[in-house]
Amino acid sequence: MKTEEIAVAREDTRESVTFGADRNKDFSKEPLCLSGRGVTRVFHTGKTTTVAVDHVDFDFHHGELISIVGESGSGKTTLSKMLLGLLEPTEGQIFFHGQPRDISTNAKKKEYWKGIQAIFQDPFSSYNVFHKIDSVLLDCINMRGGKSLPREKKVEMMTEACSFVNLKFAELTNKYPFELSGGQMQRLMIARIFLLKPDILLADEPTSMIDACSRATILDMLLNLRNETGMTVIFITHDIGLAYYISDSVYIMEHGKFVESGKADKVILEPQAPYTKRLISDVPKIHEPWDLSTVDLTAGN
Amino acid sequence: MKSTLRNVFHSPRFLVGFIIFSIILLTVLIYPYFIPRDPLQSLGKGFLSPGTYVSVYDANNTDPYRVELPEADAKRLEASLPASDRVTMIEFLTAKNEAKGDVDLTGIDVSDENLDALIELWRSNYDEQDVRKSKYPGFSTMAQRNGLKRLDRKINGSSAGLVMTVTRGEGEDAVTTTVNGSDYVKVSEVSNAITLPLGTDNFGRDTLTELVKATGVSLIIGLIAGTVATLLGLTVGLLAGYVGGWLDDTLMFIANLFTVIPGFVLLILIYFSIGQAARGITTCALVIGCTSWVWTARSVRSQVISLRNRDHVNLSKLSGHSLFRIITTDILPYIASYVVMAFILQVSSGILAEAQLSLLGLGPRTTELPTLGLMMNWAKLFGAYTSSNAWWAYFPVILVIALISFSLNLMNTGLDQVFNPTLRD
Repeated sequence: MKTEEIAVAREDTRESVTFGADRNKDFSKEPLCLSGRGVTRVFHTGKTTTVAVDHVDFDFHHGELISIVGESGSGKTTLSKMLLGLLEPTEGQIFFHGQPRDISTNAKKKEYWKGIQAIFQDPFSSYNVFHKIDSVLLDCINMRGGKSLPREKKVEMMTEACSFVNLKFAELTNKYPFELSGGQMQRLMIARIFLLKPDILLADEPTSMIDACSRATILDMLLNLRNETGMTVIFITHDIGLAYYISDSVYIMEHGKFVESGKADKVILEPQAPYTKRLISDVPKIHEPWDLSTVDLTAGN
Repeated sequence: MKSTLRNVFHSPRFLVGFIIFSIILLTVLIYPYFIPRDPLQSLGKGFLSPGTYVSVYDANNTDPYRVELPEADAKRLEASLPASDRVTMIEFLTAKNEAKGDVDLTGIDVSDENLDALIELWRSNYDEQDVRKSKYPGFSTMAQRNGLKRLDRKINGSSAGLVMTVTRGEGEDAVTTTVNGSDYVKVSEVSNAITLPLGTDNFGRDTLTELVKATGVSLIIGLIAGTVATLLGLTVGLLAGYVGGWLDDTLMFIANLFTVIPGFVLLILIYFSIGQAARGITTCALVIGCTSWVWTARSVRSQVISLRNRDHVNLSKLSGHSLFRIITTDILPYIASYVVMAFILQVSSGILAEAQLSLLGLGPRTTELPTLGLMMNWAKLFGAYTSSNAWWAYFPVILVIALISFSLNLMNTGLDQVFNPTLRD
């Protein structure tokens, strides 16, 4: 393809891609949901020191869908654990709704986790295999303060959550998670989020272990959920193409640092950093020959 | 759960181990109902070999029967003529042969098979008058001739003769009967007959009853020691592995201290310092348990470390579950199979540790209950291995210890195969 053709194709894409992102909306005017300044995490293993996340700054606005893109080992998962409060940053500060985040006690942590929840990469290891599906969903209702609700009301809520993700609660009750398929398990995870209704959802590569057919379903449900609740979604992925289709903002992460960030259109259609270009050129394209010689294999390594 | 159990019982190794262990356990539980004897009651003096024992007094006071057994005399002679007597007989016959040359000594020796021929030869050649007159070399003195006379009476008097006259009852009801040397009594009619399948130990205590009781006590020691060691190791391992940080460092420092000092030496030192008076069964088990938790703790810790960053644990944290709930519902079930296997091994090593300690004379105090180790210790102290040659006092004990250890380890290997599919062959 010639350069002009590509430019036209890009314009076309800009027009036609409406999959997830609301591309005309300016989220920078929305209130801050989660932000960080100089967030760093260092791991010590014996004498070696690894800086997994290196002084990153970020501003996630209310209702925004943010993608954090990077290859394996770039620090995405460490950052997501810090955002979730499962890991403490070695340095720097994370702000929650504009206030410095305080999760020093168990009670405060519990309160924080009412505001932020996660879907993990591997649905097969996300569930406790000794607990039935009912107890997974009941946990969510209890966490939202529904412990004293009558049994019928709880069942009604669980049925509603399951039907949101196209599952039948009546068929799932008394079953164990491992009796479901990977896609069903991940949908159940979304049902869990549906019950919890957090302000922020952190989705750590939720579709990377799922087959391509189920992937679209999962993404569709995730985006429906976002539209319904208006929550902020932080989508962590190594797939820059996917990130482009669904996100409002994209953060490109390399070696623990954000090398580029901004609106999805800007970052992906007009990449500046060599690493971003490399990531984009790594995406195989169906209508074009995939010329590996144009890929800068040194970038990012 | 159901399918796991089915898998476990489909493992041949586990099944064999389980059956052996169950038989031992059932014996320990049922035996006292059939033979309710005090295991430490003294029945006789010294090591009695396995067999049925009847009281001589009661045998004489039981109605005698005349049973004609063709081989009875031979058997009686076999039993009553020790090798020294047979040598004397052959010496006499040889001396007579040398003096007169009319004794055919071919095929004569001291063995049981040729005893008939020897006795036959003796009867045809021994004559009291002749011996007195001929003064054969070696049999010339009065004392030597009397020796031969006693020997002859023993040989010829064995099958006949009056042993005693017994009077039963009193006054007019009194009945007097005579008991002949060749009479028989029915063992079941003798009021005091006892069968000792494994004889008695040095104190004259029934070894089998003692062994069954000792097995029970040793199993209890192993069970307490195993429970203590597993609970300690599990708690330390779970806390160190899950909480991490300074708690991990402190707990592992203590665990390393225990690892560096050889466990058995530590056990001996603690045990010795307690003093014999305080050394009961429970103390013994507790001390063993408190010194053997380290390996459980270390391996549980490493398993927990690999589990604590799994997604399901993170999800449980995000659901706001407490530390206790996460440990008990999200970590413990995942390592339960491992803990069960560690527990089985701890029970086995607890039993062995008690046996080792007791063999060294550091066992529980000896007046109340026997243990497998104590039985070995007694056998050792009273020379069952050497001078007495009383195999029944120590060999069954060794066999039981080996069987318990073998069955428990077999069960453990079977479980390992079920829970680690990579080990299945």
